[in-house]
Amino acid sequence: MPTGFSALQLVLTADPALIAIVRLSLIVSLSAVLLAALIGVPFGAFLALVRFPGREAVIVVLNALMGLPPVVVGLLIYLLLSRAGPLGSWGLLFTPQAMIVAQTVLCAPIMAALTRQTVEDLWTEYRDELNAMDVGPFGRIATLIWDGRFSLVTALLAGFGRAAAEVGAVLIVGGNIDGFTRVMTTAIALETSKGDLPLAIGLGLVLIGIVVAVNAAAWGLRRAGERFAG
Amino acid sequence: MSMRASVSDLPIVLEEVSFASGGVTILDHISLAFATRAPAVLIGPNGAGKTTLLRLLMGLIAPVRGRVTWGGREDVEPTHRAIVFQRPVMLRRSAAGNIRYALAAAGVPRGERADRADELCALVGLNGLGRRPARKLSGGEQQRLALARALAKEPQILLLDEPTASLDPAATKAIEDVIRSIAARGIKVVMSTHDLGEARRLAGEIVLMHRGRLIENGSADTFFADPRTEEARRFIRGELLV
Amino acid sequence: MPTRRSLFVLAATVALVAAGPVGAQDKSIVVASTTSTQDSGLFGHILPLFKAKTGITVKVVAQGTGQALNTARRGDADVVFVHAREAEEKFIAGGFGVKRYSVMYNDFIIIGPKDDPASIKGSRNVVFALKAIKAKGAPFISRGDNSGTHIAELKLWKDAGIDIKKEAGPWYKSIGQGMGATLNVAAASGAYAMSDRGTWISFKNKADLVIAVDGDKRLFNQYGVILVNPAKHPHVKKELGQQFIDWLISDEGQKAIADYKVNGEQLFWPQRE
Repeated sequence: MPTGFSALQLVLTADPALIAIVRLSLIVSLSAVLLAALIGVPFGAFLALVRFPGREAVIVVLNALMGLPPVVVGLLIYLLLSRAGPLGSWGLLFTPQAMIVAQTVLCAPIMAALTRQTVEDLWTEYRDELNAMDVGPFGRIATLIWDGRFSLVTALLAGFGRAAAEVGAVLIVGGNIDGFTRVMTTAIALETSKGDLPLAIGLGLVLIGIVVAVNAAAWGLRRAGERFAG
Repeated sequence: MSMRASVSDLPIVLEEVSFASGGVTILDHISLAFATRAPAVLIGPNGAGKTTLLRLLMGLIAPVRGRVTWGGREDVEPTHRAIVFQRPVMLRRSAAGNIRYALAAAGVPRGERADRADELCALVGLNGLGRRPARKLSGGEQQRLALARALAKEPQILLLDEPTASLDPAATKAIEDVIRSIAARGIKVVMSTHDLGEARRLAGEIVLMHRGRLIENGSADTFFADPRTEEARRFIRGELLV
Repeated sequence: MPTRRSLFVLAATVALVAAGPVGAQDKSIVVASTTSTQDSGLFGHILPLFKAKTGITVKVVAQGTGQALNTARRGDADVVFVHAREAEEKFIAGGFGVKRYSVMYNDFIIIGPKDDPASIKGSRNVVFALKAIKAKGAPFISRGDNSGTHIAELKLWKDAGIDIKKEAGPWYKSIGQGMGATLNVAAASGAYAMSDRGTWISFKNKADLVIAVDGDKRLFNQYGVILVNPAKHPHVKKELGQQFIDWLISDEGQKAIADYKVNGEQLFWPQRE
């Protein structure tokens, strides 16, 4: 297939336009998932360990937020960041920063919910022993997060996969500006709608490659975790 | 490494201690005293309340009625007592890592932890296994590691809940040897067991419980030679107490 | 915990800085334009010329005409560059824009399947063609997205005496998407559609579609550029925006527009007023 062949050519010769798009995608999604972890992991740990009225409801809502449609998040952040909106004076709309914000909002529930699950399961297992060893509250959180690190990094990879693959949020808040806010997914959408398939397919190959690599890393981590820690 | 052998926490006196949960009485007005340095062994059928009593002595649960005093005092520092659960949970790290963790929790300075961990490994007979992931050790090895963890805080009282319940005879012997050496260093051991033979082998004092009540207690020799209560006689004979 | 918080601040700063500069320091403007203009590739040709001359980076956010004007109304763009005269005049009347300048024009065409089920191929009369399509019930794909193209299409149905909202049947499919997507659907289902010539020429997935009708004066498509009103939105970069407008209607800009060719064909004709 001629388009497929030229797509492969673009990838293998490291076409500069393709490289720039991939680079921006990685920066946006990686930043988003790291920020999401900084917010979500402590919150998830807190939720796992502290009992308060309404806790069950918060857990249910958090799990539901994992399935938040990206395009809805995009719309909400757009309304927030637009000049006509409350945070308009920050001038963030149509910038990569806005895209990071939107994807952070998408990924934070995933990080929080998976952290809560991991920490809660681990706490159930460790509770007696940690109590018997008189471990204080900060020590407990640190131990649970450290001992659960394989699951938590798997959650990170899941979050990254979600961010890298979504198009709705980054399209709306980023505007798909050539050279500034065009990432793999929005570029694929654009090139496909123009009927220009080689670049779209090339980007699709790279995106699939990244997704496969992320999943392989997650699988490898699980195995390493089992082998090392049992 | 020193094992403090002071007598400041003895006798351990339980006065009318009761515990209930979910409407069910689990401990019923237990009054007894552990006065000697020799190991005390709790025996009795399943559901007698042995585990609950050990957890209560550890301070994991509080009595609903009655109180426990240690050398006459109600408050005792947390590091004075340690417990090994029936199925100890290994942290997801190496064997030595588990011990170092317990040492850190006990406030041992970072520089001393490695050496102390090696000493404790040797004490429980786990030399050479320090690097192995703790969760990959055998049942007997994990039990010994749990013992080492408990000893990390240099307790004066060591509580053991059925330490050899799921072990084969060789592993059982290894654990019993460790328990004897711990007791020889002056640490008060209070343990429970299913195995009457083990009770005979290890006990200095015996506590027989049944359905949350204290049936009989006293020195082991006296108990086995000349039990006072009918339940004790039947139990020693090997009958099921219902 | 103090170390945790400072780690968070550090990470956030690194992330936001790495993603690119934000702020009024860089010389750039945001232009809200239409997908058809972007898809034609015109911007890729003229914007580097503008930047070489003035050093100003133009960031184009390409949306449908309705959305582009809305973006400008909200103050999220400095300049708006669309092709829907009535909507543009309403925009200015509402106080959102300063002044409308005509820049260029291209034309719309009716494209359709080679086998021409409505028998309109070669006609120069778009009203006749639309009537024939409806009469035959030949499949027709509409953009349906409130864009300049869509607004023009609706006007042509009206000129043909057809109330398309009421009289549409299963042959008329309104897909709510951009020009490229519309052409994709038309190609895939062998249907007629209205497109701007620019997008059609650079569209790479024509399948067996051909131009059915063109040349009718009613298919004339004019583009206007408007500076977003700084009175309404004080942050608008009015000097840089005006420089862009001035360049577009200057001899240099007009020549750049005329010089843009795809497959040897000119797509846009300069026309300033």
